[in-house]
Amino acid sequence: MGKFFRMALPPIALGLLAVGHYIGLFVAPPDREMGDVQRIMYAHVPAVWVALVGLTLNFICSVTYLFKQSWKTDSLAEASAEVGLMFGAVGVLLGAIWGKPTWGVYWTWDPRLTTAAIMLVTYMGYMALRRFVEDPEKRATWSSVVGIISAVNLPIIWFSVKWWRSLHQVQSSPKTVDPEMVVPLRVSAFAFLAFMILFIIHRYRIAQYERQLEVALPEALPGDGAGANRTAGAA
Amino acid sequence: MSRPRPIGILRAALVLLGKDLLIEWRTRARLNALVFFALSTLLLFSFALGPDTKLLERNAGGYLWLAILFASTLSLGESFRIEYENACMDGLRLAPADARAIFLSKAVGNTLLLVLLGSLLIPVMVALYGVKVVLGVGELMATLVLGCMALAAPGSVYAAIANNARARDVLLPLLLFPLIVPALLAATKAMALVLQGDPMDQLGSWFGLLGGFNLIYWGLGFLLFPRVIED
Repeated sequence: MGKFFRMALPPIALGLLAVGHYIGLFVAPPDREMGDVQRIMYAHVPAVWVALVGLTLNFICSVTYLFKQSWKTDSLAEASAEVGLMFGAVGVLLGAIWGKPTWGVYWTWDPRLTTAAIMLVTYMGYMALRRFVEDPEKRATWSSVVGIISAVNLPIIWFSVKWWRSLHQVQSSPKTVDPEMVVPLRVSAFAFLAFMILFIIHRYRIAQYERQLEVALPEALPGDGAGANRTAGAA
Repeated sequence: MSRPRPIGILRAALVLLGKDLLIEWRTRARLNALVFFALSTLLLFSFALGPDTKLLERNAGGYLWLAILFASTLSLGESFRIEYENACMDGLRLAPADARAIFLSKAVGNTLLLVLLGSLLIPVMVALYGVKVVLGVGELMATLVLGCMALAAPGSVYAAIANNARARDVLLPLLLFPLIVPALLAATKAMALVLQGDPMDQLGSWFGLLGGFNLIYWGLGFLLFPRVIED
C-alpha cells in the first residue's frame, strides 16, 4: 500500500503540476487589473490550502495521540506539521512576491497575512519543541498538547487581528474568479495535494525509523549534549 | 472515618497556592528580580524610541504590556523550576490530589505575581511616559487582571513543558509569544483606551476578547495539564 503510493504518486503529482501550471500560464486569461502577476495564484493558493490541510492533520493526530498512544500517530503528527509548515512558508513567500507589484509592498498587516505569519511562527515553535525533548514518550505527549493549543489559537488570532484592523481600516482584495481560472487552480491544488501526501509519507517513514532507533537504543543517544542526535530528522 | 478521603480540587489548589506564596514571601527573590527587570525594560523603550514624548505617551500601554510579557517568561519559568529542583514535582504527583489542582495553583499564583508587578509598574509608567489615566482605576485594574490571567494560563502549561526540555529559556518564549498575540493585542488596545479615553465605547469588546481568550485557555490548561506532568 505504502509502496504503491510511493511509486505512483510522483508521476501523478508531477503530471498534475505540469498540466495545472501549463493551463495557468498559457491557457487561462490574464487578470484584468493585475495582468500576468495574478498567475502566481495557481501556486500560491494551493500551497496555502495544502498547508492548512497538513496542519489540520497535525491537530487530528495530536488529539488522537492523547486518547490512544501510538508511535504511528506521533510520527504522522511530526510529518504533517513539518510538511504543512514547509508549504505554508512557500505560500507566504509567494504571497509576498505577488504583493509587491499588486499592493506596492511585500507585506501589509492584513488579517490573512498576519494570521499566516503567526501560524508559521507557532509551528516553528512546535518543531523546536520536538527537537528539544529527548525522551520520545514525553516528546509525543507534549507536542500533542502544544499541537492542540496551537491549532485552537489560529481562529482566535484570525478574529482578533480582523477586529484590530477593522477598527482602523479595511484592507480588502476582492476576488471575482473566472471559470477559466478555476480549472488550473483546481488542477494545481490536486497536484500540491499529491505532493503533500508524498512528502508526508516519506517524512512519516523517517520519523518511524527515528522512533525505532530511539526506543530500541535509548542508551545509544547522547544525553544533554550538543543535540546532534536528530541529524536524521534535521536533514 | 475508615478511609482518608482525597481532598477536593479547590482545597488542594488553595493549599498549593499558599505554599507557593509562602516560598515567594520568604525569599522575595522572584518579585524583586521581576520588578527591576520590567523597570529597566520600560526605561529602555524610551531610549530605543528617542526623546519623542508624544510617541511614548501614545504607546505607553503597549510598552507596559511588553514589559510585563518579557518579565512573565522569567516568572513562569521560575515558578516551575522550584518544583523540579529536588524533584518536588514527583512529591506533588504522589499526593492524593487532583493533578489539575497544580495547574490552578500555578496559574493563579502567576496571575497574582504579574498583577502585583503590573500595579507597581503603572505608577512608573505614568511618571516616565507622562500619561494620564482617563478612565477610572477600576477599568485599569480590570485590564491588568484580565491581561495577566491571559498570560498566566497558557504560560503555566508551556512553562511546565519547557522546564523539562533542553534550552528551556529559549523554548518558553518561542512557544508562548505567538500564542499570546490575541491577548496582547486586546490588552494593549484596552490599556490604550483606559489611558486615552474611550469616545467610541470600544472597551467592552476588547474585554470580551480577553474574557473569551481566558475562558478557552484556562479551560484547555485545566484539561491538558495532567497529561503534561505525567511520568
